[in-house]
Amino acid sequence: MDDLIADFVAECREMLEALGGEIVAWEAEPDDRARLDSIFRFVHTVKGNCGFFEFPRLEALSHAAEDALADVRAGRRVADGPLVSAVLAIIDRIGEMVAAIDAGEEMPGGSDEALIEALAEGAEGPAAPVATTIAEAQGKIAAPRTIRLSVELLDRVMSGVSDMVLARNELARRLRESPTDVPIDGAFERLSGIIAEMRDAITRTRMQRIENLFVGLPRMVRDLSAELGKQVLVDIEGGDVELDREMIEMIRDPLTHIIRNAVDHGIETPAERLKAGKREIGILCVSARQSGNQILIDIQDDGRGIDGKKLVEKAIAAGTLDKGDAAQLLPREQQALIFEAGLSTAREVTSISGRGVGMDVVRSNVERIGGIVEVDSKPGTGTRMTLRVPLTLTIIPALTVSIGNQHFAIPRSAIEEIVRANGASVTLERIGGAGVATIRGRRVPEVALADILGLDSPMKDEERTLIVLRPAGGDVYALAVDRIHDHEELVVKPAAPAVMATGLYAGTTLADDGSPILLFDPAGLAQVGGVKLEAQERTARIAEGPDLAAASQATQVILFRGLDGARRALRLSVVDRIEEVQAGAIKPGAGQLRVQLGESILPLAGVGDNELPADKVRLFRLNDGCHEVGYCFQEVIDLSILDHDVIEADWPGEISGVTLIDNEPAELVDPHWLFANHAGAASRPTGEQPVCCLPGDDPWMQNMLRPIVEAAGYRVVGDNDEAEADLVIVSGGTKVAKGAAGKTIRLRTEPDPAGAKDSSIYRYDRAALLVALKSAGGGRSR
Amino acid sequence: MNELLLVVTIAGERVALLADAVESVVELDTLIPVPRAAPHVAGLSALRSRVLTVIDCMRSIDLGTTECSDGIREAVVVELDGHHYALLVDLVEDVVEALSEPSPVRAAMGPGWERIATGMVETENGPLLVVDVAALISGLEAKAA
Repeated sequence: MDDLIADFVAECREMLEALGGEIVAWEAEPDDRARLDSIFRFVHTVKGNCGFFEFPRLEALSHAAEDALADVRAGRRVADGPLVSAVLAIIDRIGEMVAAIDAGEEMPGGSDEALIEALAEGAEGPAAPVATTIAEAQGKIAAPRTIRLSVELLDRVMSGVSDMVLARNELARRLRESPTDVPIDGAFERLSGIIAEMRDAITRTRMQRIENLFVGLPRMVRDLSAELGKQVLVDIEGGDVELDREMIEMIRDPLTHIIRNAVDHGIETPAERLKAGKREIGILCVSARQSGNQILIDIQDDGRGIDGKKLVEKAIAAGTLDKGDAAQLLPREQQALIFEAGLSTAREVTSISGRGVGMDVVRSNVERIGGIVEVDSKPGTGTRMTLRVPLTLTIIPALTVSIGNQHFAIPRSAIEEIVRANGASVTLERIGGAGVATIRGRRVPEVALADILGLDSPMKDEERTLIVLRPAGGDVYALAVDRIHDHEELVVKPAAPAVMATGLYAGTTLADDGSPILLFDPAGLAQVGGVKLEAQERTARIAEGPDLAAASQATQVILFRGLDGARRALRLSVVDRIEEVQAGAIKPGAGQLRVQLGESILPLAGVGDNELPADKVRLFRLNDGCHEVGYCFQEVIDLSILDHDVIEADWPGEISGVTLIDNEPAELVDPHWLFANHAGAASRPTGEQPVCCLPGDDPWMQNMLRPIVEAAGYRVVGDNDEAEADLVIVSGGTKVAKGAAGKTIRLRTEPDPAGAKDSSIYRYDRAALLVALKSAGGGRSR
Repeated sequence: MNELLLVVTIAGERVALLADAVESVVELDTLIPVPRAAPHVAGLSALRSRVLTVIDCMRSIDLGTTECSDGIREAVVVELDGHHYALLVDLVEDVVEALSEPSPVRAAMGPGWERIATGMVETENGPLLVVDVAALISGLEAKAA
């Protein structure tokens, strides 16, 4: 008997799930016979089974609904709003009862008679609004062939795979440490690949279509709008976007809350809408899309929008905002006030929203899972809320840092930027013992990680690196760490309660070398460090002055001191980033000084005749789009703009001219010259050598041919170089500007000439090439 | 159906842990401290790519601190609520059979021992104090809370 009941419950559940969307669709089109039939079939099935199982209340309900629907089917009655509401109410009640049977609980209380009476023709809708508790979709994916798995089993497999990944990392480390055979390495590589693939696959099993979250929305909006006397059309897009199952559960509440808000406060009543010149029916668009490793969910309504001014007034009245600050707020910041605790533009508290659970809770819930909520609203035309959430919770991109010799990890999602404490745009001050960092005109509370942790660190405050963090639901603060190491993707596990009790950590993980690493909780760090995190974004902004805003129009330069101590400036646009290397990474090679940065070797400029610093060398990494050049310097002075005339140098060189920057003269480094001399050609003495021009955008020419041409004694230039070429090498029928070059060698890709007149050389005919190179070069150098 | 007990030495005292609760006995070499954690949390260690939270039993009973600086330490690995812990002990001795149900110790024990003891059992080698693993792990703070 129990088995039969379980089957009955499962059948009802499945039908309820399938019905969820149909019912609302039926209401929109009461004539739709197919939908009516499926609803009819449901109540009919329930009725039949109830008689068998002796659930009299279920039977009475389903019987009444069946009768009413049968009338509609027979054309004796029209499916109007009240009837639909009444049928919905009954289906909800059936859902509740089925859930109760499943859980072995008492049947939900309350009389069913009111529901049944509401079905009668001319009745005034259901007596009381019914809570919507349609059975939640569980692991339902609309795929052709599926099986049901317990979530617990899935979690076990997932954690097993995570362990496997960690075990593989450890094995990889051991293999690296000991000399191994190639076959072992090969086998390990294969294993490693399989594990990676498996992790992907198992991660995907955790993925659910976001449809599961969206499927209940039309119904919810329908009930809400009916209750509020509004008309709302829901438009849902992107239901096939997939998201971690856990994540879907985490955003269910925030999403529901935002939609409730949109219907309750955003969309106006039909009368108001008509007055405002809009259609009676409000439109609520919910869409999901994937962007990188984030999922974006937009909730857009065409309602009255958020009144920033009203929010400001409320905030001032509530004492959370200073009048003076209020005047400075940008419209966007005014709207962002909606996320502050205790503010609501609702004139009165309704049963739908405004029950004290505000947008601040929504924001902190979303941020807790590493997401962001953004608001964009135009008064009168509508509001768009955007939820950005990461795809999955278990693998967290993190930055590893260290204090003394202990490593820690910081979730990357919380990191705003990283600056050096002794950088030019940063100043550190102590105010009543508290650290305050001023980073490009913004005052930010500063705490040293070493102090929070009570660890000894030999480093002085000024030598540290500041990580600007924005923890969930709070404002930024700067964390001073000794050193920054690496970005890593970490498989994070919850830490033991005794560790979590500190409030500092979000979990533990294993580094590649197998040692445990603690992952920080940025909000916890701030709390323990005594930083107040009330969202006081506004007060942190000090007057930056209008000149900085205007500066973005002008040419930005980075002002620095060269190794020889001279004040120089470089156009910011060519500076990719600033690197710091050990002096040992700089060595002469292939004719000039070169610096090793990671896996690439760059030509190094800016050294001149100066001694290199003994330990660490800082350099700019310059990029012209295809080549990179390093340029050493002593220190960065500041970012500035080029607002004075440049006095050109007399002849081209490293310095193109001098100009006044911040009222002091500075030499302007010529990046073009740097690239021409360091990247474009080997810095061999020029002049005596014949010049050969190769197309710079042809990889074959650059990679294969160039070494041969250089070996033949040519200086190679690109086709954009201005130097006069003695020889031009082109492929196939490319046109050559006449007169620009002395001679031309044409290369073809086929071994055989195209015809008798074809004077080109097959490009792998080395002997013929060398002869041609020699004869072309001979005219000038010998 | 006599229970097996793992006999270990903590702070020079021979005590027994229920062998069912024990996963393995390991030697720990690396120990990563957890700043700001309760004093009896000696740090973190890794065992077969799992993170272990290392508990200093002496500290937990408030009888001093286990000297960890000299490298390899013996530890008993247990699992509690899904987390793995390594209990630092002086020495792991033997596995013995309990000959009786735990009975209360009626003589006055030291305050630290009082908190973590579940009772006394008879073994072939005389009576032994059975220690509550969960109490060891929760440390002194739990009592205050």
